Amino acid sequence: MSNAAYLLIPMASEEGEFHAPGIGEFLGLPALFFADTPFEINRIILVRLLAIALMLFLFWFALRKPTRVPGRNQSIAELALGFVQVQIADQILGKDMGRRYLPLLAGLFFGILAMNITGVVPFMNISGTSIIAMPLLLGLVAYVVFIYAGIKALGPGKFFKNSLFPAGVPWPIYILLAPIEFINIFIVRPLSLALRLLLNMMVGHLLLVLCFSATNFFFFTAGGWVGLFGVGTLAFGFIFTFVEFAVYILQAYIFTLLTAVYVQQAVAEEH
Amino acid sequence: MPELVLAAEAETNPFLPAIYDITWSLVVLLVVMVFFVRFAIPRFRQILDDRAEAIEGNIAKADDAQRKAEAALEQYTAQLAVARVEAGQIREQARADGQRILAELREQATSEANRITATAKAQIEAERQSAVQSLRSEVGSLAIDLASGVIGESLNDDARASAMVERFLADIEATENTAPSAGKN
Repeated sequence: MSNAAYLLIPMASEEGEFHAPGIGEFLGLPALFFADTPFEINRIILVRLLAIALMLFLFWFALRKPTRVPGRNQSIAELALGFVQVQIADQILGKDMGRRYLPLLAGLFFGILAMNITGVVPFMNISGTSIIAMPLLLGLVAYVVFIYAGIKALGPGKFFKNSLFPAGVPWPIYILLAPIEFINIFIVRPLSLALRLLLNMMVGHLLLVLCFSATNFFFFTAGGWVGLFGVGTLAFGFIFTFVEFAVYILQAYIFTLLTAVYVQQAVAEEH
Repeated sequence: MPELVLAAEAETNPFLPAIYDITWSLVVLLVVMVFFVRFAIPRFRQILDDRAEAIEGNIAKADDAQRKAEAALEQYTAQLAVARVEAGQIREQARADGQRILAELREQATSEANRITATAKAQIEAERQSAVQSLRSEVGSLAIDLASGVIGESLNDDARASAMVERFLADIEATENTAPSAGKN
C-alpha cells in the first residue's frame, strides 16, 4: 500500500487535490452522539453497534422458533454455529472441552465477523474492529480465558511450570527458554491477537479507500489521458473488495482458532 | 490530567484506546457473549438434541413395530400348526368313532336278529310241542273210539290203550320220517 501511496502523493500534490488516506480515517472522527462523554459515538462506533445489533437480530430471528425440520433461516444459523462447533471447538479442544468453550468461541467468531464485514458493506465501509479498543479487549478475553482454563485444569503451579518450563529440555536451557516462553505466552499472544486483527482491518480499509479515492481523483479531478489510470484503480478496488471480504472472514476464523489453540495448550498436561 | 493527555494522544496514536472506544467495546462484548451463552448456543444444542432424539425415537419405534410384527407372525404360525394337528386328531377321532359306532351297530343288529330268530324258533318249538301234545291226546282218544267202534270192545284198560296208541304214533312218525327222505330221493 505504501508504495502505491508514495507513487500517488507527488502527483496528488502537483494537482493539489488528492489526499492519500491516513490515520485520520480512524482517529479524531467527529462525534455523532454524546460528544466528550465516555459514551461518545462516532462513525466507527455507530457502525460497530449496528453490525452487532444486526448480527444478533439475525441469529435471534433464525432461532426464535426452532423446528425439528428447519426452515431456511434456521438451517443457515445451524450451519454457521455448526461450523464453529465442528471446525474450531470440537476439532481443537475435543468433544468435552469444545462443548464448554463453544459459547465463547461462537461469540468471538460471530462478533468479530460482524464487525469486520462492515468494511465492505456499502455506506458503512469501515470495520468496527479497526480501532484499537475492540481488538485489544478481544485479545484480553482470549488471554484471561486461556490462563483461567490452564489454572482450572492443572492448578496454578503446574500451569505456570508447564508454560515456562516445557518438558524434554536440558535444564540450563531453561535460563534462556523460560523468559522467552514468558514473553511469548503472557505478552505476545494477547497482543498479537489484538494487533493482527486491528492492522488487518486498518490496512484493508486504507487499501480500499486508496483505490476508490484514487479512482475518484483520476476520473473527476485529473481529467485527460491521466484519467485512464482510474480504470486500473477501480479494477483494483473491485478486486480488493473481494480480497477484503475473504480477509474479514479469515481474521475472525484465525482469532477464534488461536484462542481455542491457546486454551488447548494451556490445559494440556505436557506440550 | 493524565486522562486528557491520553485522550489527546488517542487522537493521533492508533494503539492507544480512547475512553468511549473502550466503553462501547465492553458493551458490545458483553452483549454478544450474553447472547451466545444464554440464547444462541443453548437453543442450537436444544435443536440438535431434539432432532437426534426424534431420529432415535423413530428408529426405536420402527424396531419395536418390526419386533411386534415378527412376534405376531410367529404366534400365528404356531397357532396354525397347533390347529392343523388338532384338525388331524379330530379327523382321526371321527374316523375311529365312526368305525366303532358302525361295528357296535352291526353287532347290535346281529344280536337282535339272533335274538329274534331264537325267540321265533322257541315259539315255533313250543307251538309244535303243544300241537303235538294236543294231537297226541286227541288222536289217541279218536283212534281208540274208532277202534272201539271197529272191534266192538271197550278198551278200558288204560295201560294197554296207551301202549297201543304209542305204537301207532311211532309207526306214523316212522312213515313220516321215511316219506320226506324217500320224497327227496
